[in-house]
Amino acid sequence: MSLAEKNFDLRELHKLEGHTDRVWCVSWKPGTGVGGVPAVLASCSGDKTVRIWEQNLATGSFECKAVLDETHTRTVRSCAWSPSGKMLATASFDATTALWEQDGDDYQCISTIEGHENEVKSVAWNASSTLLATCGRDKTVWLWEIMPGNECECLGVLTGHTQDVKMVQFHPNLDVIFSCSYDNSIKVWTDDHDDDWMCVQTLDETNNGHTSTVWALSFNATGDKMVTCSDDLTLKIWRAPGLERMQCGDGYAPWRHICTLSGYHDRTIFSVNWSRRDGIIASGAADDAIRLFAADGDEDEDKDKEEEEEGEDVLYDGPKYHLLLKKDKAHDMDVNCVQWQLPEVFHPSFPEKMLLASASDDGTIKIWELTSEAGLGEPTQ
Amino acid sequence: MTLGLINANPVVHVKKERVARPADDPHHADDVVDPLEIYDILSISEFSKIGDIRDPEHPYSLEQLSVLSEESITVDEKLGRILITFTPTIQHCSMATVIGLCLREKLKDCFPAHFKVDIKVAPGSHADEESVNKQLNDKERVAAALENPNLRQLVDECLYSSEL
Repeated sequence: MSLAEKNFDLRELHKLEGHTDRVWCVSWKPGTGVGGVPAVLASCSGDKTVRIWEQNLATGSFECKAVLDETHTRTVRSCAWSPSGKMLATASFDATTALWEQDGDDYQCISTIEGHENEVKSVAWNASSTLLATCGRDKTVWLWEIMPGNECECLGVLTGHTQDVKMVQFHPNLDVIFSCSYDNSIKVWTDDHDDDWMCVQTLDETNNGHTSTVWALSFNATGDKMVTCSDDLTLKIWRAPGLERMQCGDGYAPWRHICTLSGYHDRTIFSVNWSRRDGIIASGAADDAIRLFAADGDEDEDKDKEEEEEGEDVLYDGPKYHLLLKKDKAHDMDVNCVQWQLPEVFHPSFPEKMLLASASDDGTIKIWELTSEAGLGEPTQ
Repeated sequence: MTLGLINANPVVHVKKERVARPADDPHHADDVVDPLEIYDILSISEFSKIGDIRDPEHPYSLEQLSVLSEESITVDEKLGRILITFTPTIQHCSMATVIGLCLREKLKDCFPAHFKVDIKVAPGSHADEESVNKQLNDKERVAAALENPNLRQLVDECLYSSEL
């Protein structure tokens, strides 16, 4: 049965209240929410704090376990757990990025990273939790290595964007950095094996890219597709057909536009997140709604066809995507962030429920369960 | 501000007489937001304790400078949207973004949270129309600007100055 035939619903399970200003970002802690480990979520806000929420296994409700309020002096714009689950990184308009570690029931700030001239807008980890990337209003992306003793060494300052950089992400399994910006472009950065990082591709209007601010990006499970969202009211799907070659260190695999989802949103799309489990794309927008999208039919059926694709001019005839459901009034105000709970690679037992967290200008975080009449079926690898 | 005045001799218009709304106006239910009400919030009046929003450069109200007029405000009650189109005093007004910030701040607490406010400069009224509009409606930039002490002070001065 394909996703299209199932009758999906997004059911509100919990509303997490506590922040006193808009909530910008949420991040599920890897390794939690499976195998009897209670789910843990971090959130950050315009109220200058970070909150850590933990699910009570007995009642199912989420309780605020810690408020991290004595480090950042301005809006905390972004938070991200390291894939190892050991550290939390937070990026703030106060121009710093902080690293946190759990210490018993408490969280300690173990390092404060300075370098950006002003507002830091996003922070991201690489897959092995050894590198950190940050970006901000000063139009740059900074790359950091976490050294013994939690000192951070700057490996490079990546310049090329002409306006503030809204979000930075690492590829899910390659040390390749992706950044998106108010300059309407997405840039791809790699290392030339001499530790010099450079921009290897710019996705902008000249190659079917966005026509306004690109707010966020997210990868599918295998990392050969990327979705981006924008103030131009569209989502765009991109694909890197030669990714396997790149993993062998053989040159660079360019990303190509394969699909634009337009006509679904009528206000800025702030967040997009691709589920690593079911391939469902969630978006959060300034119209207070959450939307879910999925590929028509089987995503992999075009694999053989695409292998033959050589010339630049060959149009990729890949899957099209459609709206699965729209949750109107998901929040009372703008939805700033949507985040699927991660299926954890170290725990083969996937959570039975597929959970989505959302953060809003209304100051709340909501936890949603994706349900379908036909059941969600076996998770995809 | 150490900047010199960018538009030293603005054209000042006479303030319009406000027409009082009849108390029993059947077309004006309490829960309806209308452009006149927003206009009043943004631009009147001598009687208001908090005073007008000022053009940051001039001790005149935005109404006197024709930056705002009743026609520049449209409300879509059904969709919960407010669009404000203002006219900067000159084509290169670098204060356009500050005026926009002031308008947004002043409206912030006046309407239900779900109202969406879009603020733009009138078509053809500014040399960098597109970039000003983009900046005015990027809520992350707006949030960051309002946390910046210098800009915050400027906005507060515009919003809360009391002398005429």
